[in-house]
Amino acid sequence: MIRNLRPNESGSVSALRSCSILLGTLLLFLLCPNALFAAEAPASPSAIVRVLTLQDYNTRVVLLGTSLLGVCGGIVGVFMLLRKRSLIGDVIGHSALPGIAIAFIVTQIISPGTGKNLPILMFGAFVFGLAGAVCVLLIERYSRIRADAALAIVLSLFYGLGTSLLTAITRMPTASAAGLSSFLNGKTASLLAGDVWVFAGASLLLTIVTLALFKELCLLCFDSNYAGASGWPVFWLDALLIGLVAGVTIVGMQTVGLILVVAILIIPAASARFWTDDVRHLTWMAALLGALSAGVGTLVSSMAPRLAAGAVIVLSGTLVFLVSLFGGTQRGLFWKWREHRRRRARIGRHDLLRAMYELIEATQPDIDIPEQRLILARVPQSRILEKRSWSPRRVDQLIRRAIRGELLESHNDGTFSLTPEGAALARRAVRNHRLWELYLITYADVAPSQADYDADQIEHVLGPEMIRELEERLTRQCGTSLPASPHTLDLPGPTI
Amino acid sequence: MAYQRRPVVWDIDYIAPTGKLVAIIGPNGAGKSTLIKAALDLIPRVSGRIKFFGKPYRSVRDRVAYVPQRTSVDWDFPVSALDVAAMGLYRRIGWCRWVTRPYREQALQALDRVGMADYATRQIRQLSGGQQQRVFLARALAQDADLYLMDEPFAGVDAATERAIVSLLQELRAAGKTALVVHHDLQTVSEYFDEVLLLNMRLVAAGRTKDVFTAENLRRTYGGKLSLLDQVGARIAGQ
Repeated sequence: MIRNLRPNESGSVSALRSCSILLGTLLLFLLCPNALFAAEAPASPSAIVRVLTLQDYNTRVVLLGTSLLGVCGGIVGVFMLLRKRSLIGDVIGHSALPGIAIAFIVTQIISPGTGKNLPILMFGAFVFGLAGAVCVLLIERYSRIRADAALAIVLSLFYGLGTSLLTAITRMPTASAAGLSSFLNGKTASLLAGDVWVFAGASLLLTIVTLALFKELCLLCFDSNYAGASGWPVFWLDALLIGLVAGVTIVGMQTVGLILVVAILIIPAASARFWTDDVRHLTWMAALLGALSAGVGTLVSSMAPRLAAGAVIVLSGTLVFLVSLFGGTQRGLFWKWREHRRRRARIGRHDLLRAMYELIEATQPDIDIPEQRLILARVPQSRILEKRSWSPRRVDQLIRRAIRGELLESHNDGTFSLTPEGAALARRAVRNHRLWELYLITYADVAPSQADYDADQIEHVLGPEMIRELEERLTRQCGTSLPASPHTLDLPGPTI
Repeated sequence: MAYQRRPVVWDIDYIAPTGKLVAIIGPNGAGKSTLIKAALDLIPRVSGRIKFFGKPYRSVRDRVAYVPQRTSVDWDFPVSALDVAAMGLYRRIGWCRWVTRPYREQALQALDRVGMADYATRQIRQLSGGQQQRVFLARALAQDADLYLMDEPFAGVDAATERAIVSLLQELRAAGKTALVVHHDLQTVSEYFDEVLLLNMRLVAAGRTKDVFTAENLRRTYGGKLSLLDQVGARIAGQ
């Protein structure tokens, strides 16, 4: 299902990824609500109103910060998605963990008690996040290991290292590691206004850089060979893109947490892809969806202060994704499904009418049967069943639909006849079909035995223009407006 | 103007003449695309020198346009035909600037030259293979280069596109431009091209089509496996 949706491999990976994030977060909610909700009573109605009307300065600032993060994650994510490197964000997020731990330990050793210095922790996270991404790229380039394996190896290695270091920190005599684990799941409500201004500034900077290099990044993602040949520094553009992703990861670390930060990169971009086929609209839309989900997530987690903010932001983002997946106007599943059903119904209808026509034709002397005789002829269901390789159920279904559409009429003796509309449609379907067959045989050197199969596929997509062209070129050769089936006829014109 | 080459595919010394259409011919895996990519510094060369207009590639990049294989990109990318054609102008537009109206006009003109102006706003996924190839050519045309390196522009295209490409090549030649084209269809080589480069991991033969495109050289290039070769050879001998 998902493969149909997005033909390229990496697209389906990111769609799968989004789904798995959704499932994981849902499971988290279902299995351990206590981990997410505070033991204290839920927020009172007046507190909810306070949050929703943005009466607290802190809420306003945090909302601004996370929304900007959403915007910047969405925009950077578009290029990550288009470069087919969706999972690099995941690697950077996980790889940043040992960076935080090591930064903490080092500052703790140098001057005990000051370990939770945010800029230093962020620097550590940034360096290790980049190191993780570089490891993946190096493995991909210099070994025979494929990208997916390289991602898995690096991600688990760094995350394992980070987890063991965190465990070690909790056993350190001088330090309390409390707060470090909030980098894993994010903790929006505990953000301080001062920190948020830093994040907002960083988000804005990342957004501006991405938009300034919009054209260059597009070219890199679409055709890196051409970009390289025409003189763009492909390597540095790639490095910049990874740097931007690392930037988003670090900014998002306190808000959504290192583990889920990939979601604010992928989900808005992947959702927006269902609505548009233009990279500019895609970017604005991803920014909007990113801001929306981050904003909603922040508000919800402000109402329940101990709710894991990252999870809520990702959940609201995933809701957006699900709506887009089914309802997106460009490639939403619902529209695809409807189109597929319509096409199937149309092809079935044409095939049934054509079978009827050909059965009647076999009993008639002329090539071109007058409409009157077409309407009068009765065909039993068993003959239709013999004619085509349909299952009895399919024939039943097709006939029922045709009767409902007033194309066929059923009679008491179990036979069917064409209505005037049915006869007209049958004639048209047969004609299209045979014109196409003739065209294939005459012009494309296709053997007649193969022509029937191909014609079945294509007659339904022949436009009126094509039909006219075929008519002009081919009915001339046959002399009638309805050429006979080439399976029985010796063809005039070029032979094969 | 000289392109002296000795890339990963080895022992290739060739100087392409100005204002001619040159075909690069060889079996699968002969290194045709590799040769072009190496010339454009896209893959590292072990040894050898390549000069464009007597200078290293870096300094004359803007005079060289590259048309990659159509299958080398993902056509599901969310851009229109016009956007792709405009990519040929990006170098001229420069860093950090958006594509403004005059540039869009230029891109549209390039599309018009390959008969694709009517499809300018189409998303590239909705184009046929031949139309996609023409969009790629339009991108190279927009660059307004003196030398065109084309990697299999005729592969899997319809008859209309093939005609469009051929007349475009002739147009370029008439304007004094040079084109090196990786080509697969042996039957049309003598019709379309002035010079031929026969390649199979190394240079088999190079020169004017009527001197070099012989049954003997083809057999040395392809190993004489294809019966088609004999037919083509017979035709050439008959001429």
